[in-house]
Amino acid sequence: MADTKRIKQSIYFWIFRAMSMMVVFILVAILYFIVSRGIGVINWDFLTKSPEEGMVKGGIFPAIVGTLVLIAGSLIFAFPVGVFSAIYLNEYMKKGKVKSFLQLMTNNLAGVPSVVFGLFGMALFVNKLKFGDSIIAGSLTLGLLVLPVIIRTTEEALKAVDDNYRLASYAMGASKLYTIKKVILPIALPDIITGLILSIGRVSGETAPILFTVAAYFLPKLPHSIFDQVMALPYHLYVLATSGTNIEKARPVAFGTALVLVMIVLFTNIIANVVRAYYNKKYKK
Amino acid sequence: MIKKILNNFQVGVLAVSSFITSIVVLLIIIFLFKEGSGVFSKSLLEDGYVLVVNSRNTVNSIAPKDIKNIFDQKIISWKELGGADSAIQLFSIDDISEYYSEEQIGSDLEYMDTCINNYIVNHPSVLAYFPKKNIAKKFNGKEIKVGTMGLYEFVKGREWLPTARPVVQMGILPLILGTLMVSLGAILLALPFGLVTAIYMAEIAHPVWRRIMKPVIELLAGIPSVVFGFFGLIVIVPMVQKVCHIDVGETALAGSIVLGIMALPTIISIAEDAIRNVPNNMREASLALGATQWQTIRSVVIPYAKSGIWAGIILGVGRAVGETMAVLMVTGNASNMPTTFLQPVRTIPATIAAELGETSAGGLHYSALFALGCVLFLMTMVLNVYVQVALKKKSK
Amino acid sequence: MAQIETKDLNFYYGQAQALRNINIAMEKNSVTAFIGPSGCGKSTLLRLFNRMNDLIDGSRIEGSVMIDGADIYARNVNVEDLRKKVGMVFQKPNPFPKSIFENVAYGLRVNGISSRSEIEGIVEASLQSAALWSEVKDKLNKSALQLSGGQQQRLCIARALAVAPSILLMDEPASALDPISTSKIEELIFELKKQYTIVIVTHSMQQAARVSDRTAFFYMGVMVEFDDTTTIFTNPKEERTLNYVTGRFG
Repeated sequence: MADTKRIKQSIYFWIFRAMSMMVVFILVAILYFIVSRGIGVINWDFLTKSPEEGMVKGGIFPAIVGTLVLIAGSLIFAFPVGVFSAIYLNEYMKKGKVKSFLQLMTNNLAGVPSVVFGLFGMALFVNKLKFGDSIIAGSLTLGLLVLPVIIRTTEEALKAVDDNYRLASYAMGASKLYTIKKVILPIALPDIITGLILSIGRVSGETAPILFTVAAYFLPKLPHSIFDQVMALPYHLYVLATSGTNIEKARPVAFGTALVLVMIVLFTNIIANVVRAYYNKKYKK
Repeated sequence: MIKKILNNFQVGVLAVSSFITSIVVLLIIIFLFKEGSGVFSKSLLEDGYVLVVNSRNTVNSIAPKDIKNIFDQKIISWKELGGADSAIQLFSIDDISEYYSEEQIGSDLEYMDTCINNYIVNHPSVLAYFPKKNIAKKFNGKEIKVGTMGLYEFVKGREWLPTARPVVQMGILPLILGTLMVSLGAILLALPFGLVTAIYMAEIAHPVWRRIMKPVIELLAGIPSVVFGFFGLIVIVPMVQKVCHIDVGETALAGSIVLGIMALPTIISIAEDAIRNVPNNMREASLALGATQWQTIRSVVIPYAKSGIWAGIILGVGRAVGETMAVLMVTGNASNMPTTFLQPVRTIPATIAAELGETSAGGLHYSALFALGCVLFLMTMVLNVYVQVALKKKSK
Repeated sequence: MAQIETKDLNFYYGQAQALRNINIAMEKNSVTAFIGPSGCGKSTLLRLFNRMNDLIDGSRIEGSVMIDGADIYARNVNVEDLRKKVGMVFQKPNPFPKSIFENVAYGLRVNGISSRSEIEGIVEASLQSAALWSEVKDKLNKSALQLSGGQQQRLCIARALAVAPSILLMDEPASALDPISTSKIEELIFELKKQYTIVIVTHSMQQAARVSDRTAFFYMGVMVEFDDTTTIFTNPKEERTLNYVTGRFG
């Protein structure tokens, strides 16, 4: 009896092991595919020059700049608002219907498909507020998209702060706001920063929200104001892959662009983990 | 005193911030539905065109689907539309040179409106289709009212031809089916692998393996969908074409495979969390009774983590339903009614992304895409709220 | 012959040594209590008897644990069979979120018993033995989580009895319960002694004195003294034992 139980277990475990390895293999293979094909394309010129000859030659500099501008623009708006929102939700609001409603709405916003953000951004920022296709319209749209991410990570970070710190601070006569600013935020900061870094990865890769709010098909010059259009890496990759003038010839540039996008995600992940590990160590000691 | 005001002001800013997501959700709903509702009130004729008839014709309005049938020669008599028993004689801008010479029309088309007017006056059973600007100011015929589309036609219509002439066809059934098909296919592919991997990581794998797998999966969750789409286009699409012996690899199947791969990290992460949250004393209780680890996993751990695992699956479906770029790049985007996984399909998000750029703000097509946005929004919202309510129930 | 016997037993969590040179022997159908301050190793030792420590990464064992004369850490030992023979009741009641019936039937099902009538018979007998039958016989299909803490713990005992063990390990079985539930558990232990060899870890010295035949006192991974319970509580040989049982530390 016990032996059949054992045999059954080893059969299942082997199946599980094999399927898991397959999953890991597929995921790693995708990474390898992008990296191996893209690495040869990336050099200094690729990163610092404009596209040339119908985007099959030259670099992707304007798209990199555009994506950096959009990252900065969206986070300048979303980061403070998200952190404020999380502070109020976690530190001021009492448990109850209002709080659950606000949290439900935050989660709902997180579940809204990115293309719907694109529609909304176009209707509100581009058409209604007459920003046109512009950095500001795109940044605000992307900002709304990452807002729930920032609120959630900040809330988690604040929740993780031991209540004793709050009580200790109040016991010394500090006000609530003072306690938050001087005691709670510094402790929660590493986790909040981690959330911020991870949302950079998210913003840099989103395509659907910028399609109709900011992204330019081809625009070799750099933006001068927040009402200019910009190129952006994810949209550039989409264009190169599907609708360029010569799709086959554009493949190397497309691989290079894909790799740059993957690198951004990779680096933000690594940095986030390093920050987390560094502060965790420091905090525990 | 000043300090107190400053303090209250700062708390006020925090309070306002906390409402912003709710306000945004509300705004999204308002804007989507406001713009989207236009699809039910705007003329279905091509933008700027009108249908006109002889003033003695007794027919005053024609339903959109009848217009299509008339131009497809399926309706040939006015009698079928409740008018006189005479054949419908179609007349549009392509026909005008048959009846009038270039001199009559004028080199700059300056007499076009007079020609059209004359023709209509002289032909009692004509049905003319022209740009509004070519209709004379002193027009002697009458304009036919074209009905608007109803919700039922919108949802049940089997053809999506938003730029068709003379009347557009905006049935979203093929798009809804395409979306559901690609997403369900993706989940069916991702589910067994995702759950097995989650269970393996949480319960079976050596901790060292887990420490390696976890960051890889987290990293893959962050890869932009356009990169997955690119990968799909270059690797999956040709593979599907070759393996299935079909002419075009851009199919629902390709979409499901790419989406399935993309859904894996979501499903794995959430399911793994749910499994790891099962209290250890449940495992100990089972093992202490002589159960094997596998029996413990199957009979105790998985049932305990079920609601969390469900949440992962539903969120995975929600992701898949709303996914845009990857699907747009690999499914071929043909808007016909999908029947098999081996033909091109078009999903709702892909339709919006592909077509919104070609529309003019406020037009019928623009409204229709916003209406599609509403449908998509409702689909994902239902899934989201369901997950949250289910999880909340569980935590109580 | 002793039913449970350890020889020169050492146990390590990674670098830290949790048990030092333990030599103890427990007779069949006796109740042995392990007492000592928190972290003294008493629970760790208990968990070595049914190899629950297998689950802890980086743990290591030296020496031997013999049950019915066989080394349970020998290579060819089937852990599942061992655990069937050596039942365990945990500190916090941990019924599965299943029905009362299914909780007790679980151990039977995982051990390959599928006949409905056989299972029903054993479930009833086990609940009888755990003195729970009269309280739950009308709601066997209700969730076990609806029971009170004390009832849940007796359900866990019934669950352990269902797979017909000969040894019952109890890891502070009453520490999470109110006094009335505790006394019910203690009465039960007294009954169960007739059929089972019981090892109980407890924080409460009164409990050890009430239910056990023999008592072992542990301190910092070492078994300081092991003797008849009356001796331990009235006339211990070691000063550390005396200090502990008289409440001077711990």
